[in-house]
Amino acid sequence: MKTKFVKAILTVAVGSALLASCKPKNSSDAVSGDAAQKAYVAPGKYDEFYNFVSGGFSGQMSVYGLPSGRLFRVIPVFSVDPEKGYGYNEETKPMLNTSHGFVPWDDLHHTEMSQTNGEIDGRWVFGNANNTPRIARIDLKTFTTKEIIEIPNSAGNHSSPFITENTEYVVAGTRFSVPADNSNGDVPINTYKQNFKGHLSFVKVGKEGQMDIAFQIQCPGVNFDLSHAGKGKSHGWFFFSCYNTEQANTLLEVNASQKDKDFIMAVNWKKAEEYIKAGKGKLTPTRYAHNVYNDATHSATSEIKTKVLILDSKELKDICYMIPCPKSPHGCDVDPTGEYIVGSGKLAALIPVFSFDKLMSAIKNKQFEGEYEGIPVVKYEAALHGEVQKPGLGPLHTEFDGKGNAYTTFFVSSEVVKWDIKTLQVLDRVPTYYSVGHLCIPGGDSRKPFGKYLIAYNKITKDRYLPTGPELAQSAQIFDISGDKMKLILDYPTIGEPHYAQAAPADLIRNNGQIKFYKLDDNKHPFVTKGEKESKVVRNGKRIDVYMTCIRSHFAPDNIEGIKLGDEVYFHITNLEQDWDVPHGFAVKGSSNAELLIMPGETSTLKWTPDRVGISPFYCTDFCSALHQEMQGYIRVSPAGSSVPISYSLGTNLPASDKK
Amino acid sequence: MKTQKISLLAKGLLVLVAALFVGTLFVPMWRIELQAPQYPEGLVLQLYANKIGGDVAIINGLNHYIGMSTLHTENFFEFKLLPIIFGASALISLLLIFIGRRKAVLIFLVSFLCFIVLSAVDFYRWNYQYGHNLDPNAAIKVPGMAYQPPLFGYKQLLNFGAYSVPDTGGWFLTAVVVLLCFIVSKEYQLFPKKKQ
Repeated sequence: MKTKFVKAILTVAVGSALLASCKPKNSSDAVSGDAAQKAYVAPGKYDEFYNFVSGGFSGQMSVYGLPSGRLFRVIPVFSVDPEKGYGYNEETKPMLNTSHGFVPWDDLHHTEMSQTNGEIDGRWVFGNANNTPRIARIDLKTFTTKEIIEIPNSAGNHSSPFITENTEYVVAGTRFSVPADNSNGDVPINTYKQNFKGHLSFVKVGKEGQMDIAFQIQCPGVNFDLSHAGKGKSHGWFFFSCYNTEQANTLLEVNASQKDKDFIMAVNWKKAEEYIKAGKGKLTPTRYAHNVYNDATHSATSEIKTKVLILDSKELKDICYMIPCPKSPHGCDVDPTGEYIVGSGKLAALIPVFSFDKLMSAIKNKQFEGEYEGIPVVKYEAALHGEVQKPGLGPLHTEFDGKGNAYTTFFVSSEVVKWDIKTLQVLDRVPTYYSVGHLCIPGGDSRKPFGKYLIAYNKITKDRYLPTGPELAQSAQIFDISGDKMKLILDYPTIGEPHYAQAAPADLIRNNGQIKFYKLDDNKHPFVTKGEKESKVVRNGKRIDVYMTCIRSHFAPDNIEGIKLGDEVYFHITNLEQDWDVPHGFAVKGSSNAELLIMPGETSTLKWTPDRVGISPFYCTDFCSALHQEMQGYIRVSPAGSSVPISYSLGTNLPASDKK
Repeated sequence: MKTQKISLLAKGLLVLVAALFVGTLFVPMWRIELQAPQYPEGLVLQLYANKIGGDVAIINGLNHYIGMSTLHTENFFEFKLLPIIFGASALISLLLIFIGRRKAVLIFLVSFLCFIVLSAVDFYRWNYQYGHNLDPNAAIKVPGMAYQPPLFGYKQLLNFGAYSVPDTGGWFLTAVVVLLCFIVSKEYQLFPKKKQ
């Protein structure tokens, strides 16, 4: 009997073991043996690609090397950066000016590199501000923000800053529709359908990169999401995905998910240009800031503009067309040939691929299924090249390798799927850790992709790195896509939250005429001090201007007296060095401002309001030489009514005698 | 009908059965494990005799995307009934020692098996109801898709793998069945010893 009992227990045990074995295993780290080699860039060697990654809610843009994943620089763009004095020094404060005044933070979602003939040209990289709608241009000669333009009539600048193939335009489509700036905005929120409008902005980019809003297209109130320009044969068109065509104003997660299909809006911007020439645009009052940084004066200026040219999508019939696209489309990507437009419905279980040729013939033959708010809706099948069946769950974004393959990220099923653009067959899939959002292939949205690496920018990190409390590292993953199968070669953490990113061959950026230092002779800063002999302290009422220089390893002057409580002190500091990699820093005790970080040949200004009587020391914050610790000075602050005269010196204020 | 006193071993095992019933009151009986790429640590729903445990709040949060009703212990009368049934079963098991009749043990076993079948039907019914009764306004609507967890074993539901298996209490109850079967088979000599 005993044995039977044992048998029975055994049966149960074996049964449960079998049961457990039918449970699928977790996807394990599929890293092949040579992964480390592929991502390894030896000390002193250079990476193959520059990777410009959006900083998300940090508001900045980061620069990484590929394939090493090494962080080179964080470029301050839309958020203040006390480390570099960006937004704190007098020169860069105007960069963050808007129609709302000074805005210290924003949310940078997408980066886009300038192109010529549809190929990345290495001149500039653009970034969008999502919260207070703006577009920034970063100059890749200096890796600094050179220009920021505010986008009027918008809120949540999400379909931005995507560009046309010769950088004719950089666009901005509004995520939130809102009442137009020149209309009465004091309306009930539930009058969305009547009062809210979506504006698509086309910002002209000049030869030197200067931005100017050429026109805006006023569209029905919906949410515009991502966008991409046509290229090659479809050059002249722009494609914007849009959701919330239900026009909900509350609980969008439910109310904007009701329709089976929303739209991709195709915009014929060449046609729009024709209408403008024919005088069909309406110059409309608004207010927006345009901020430009001048390399000669090392200073930014901010100008408020008051008019924008508006085209009405309802009146001007043949600019805009709607293509039905399933399940609240998010990504909207155009393949390198310009023929295929990939729409990614974030709740869809398939990917529709539209054909530009079929779209053109559908428009020509008026194959419309109706109108949406006065805009013709092309029949879904008439524009459809085909659907990728069962690719995964929750497709978001697609990039291309230039070899006929597309790579789409899937947030819900947490994977990247490779598929053939023509046959729409799924070729390969790899898991990401976890829930990938955007992806980047160098040149992957241009006419000339460099299909060697693919970087996945994940939304969830969980257990991938050593834990750091409730807030974890943000994560990117590099895959080698040179073979048939995608291979994970590296995980690396990123700053902020990475959204879209772009990458370009290193040589393209290295050899673009990058600046090593600013020439002192060319410095046109109004408060420049071009030599120690010119250094001085000037009182003008309560304003004190300190014309100061720095060079290894002293400031001139380094002893200043005669400052009084109630004065406003402006330190205009010129770095006299004329060599690569010799910045100096400047910090003064108790300053409620940040530090200065001054590049060779540059002048920066720190405003300081002393708050107490006494001696305030200042010093260089950037380790500059063996005698960096000696690079310091003192300022004497006297009471408000004091008669201590202004005096300043370097090396001559010798010890007072012991006798009184 | 022949009545026969049960053996000392059987009595001892009935004490164990009673203990298992009492134990079941304190540990989860059943678990539905959920796994998805972005939940490498997994999520689990644990059914106790008297409550729903595990990651209920997280699972309720996720289920709102597909329009599934939220799970709350107070919505199930079973959680009031089960502790009484298990408590009573523990007492009955002890009582059987004093009754000492093998037929009584047999009746108890059969009743208990009926209870298990009923419970399974009830569990299926709830699974079906939650899996199919979806809010038509849900954000994610996949045509033809239902989210009924499996009664037993594994099933893929969108990006989640659901794995429905007994938990500690379930194994306790399995042991109860095994022990009762053993007592019955021994007392009725269903498997007479082969002659050596």
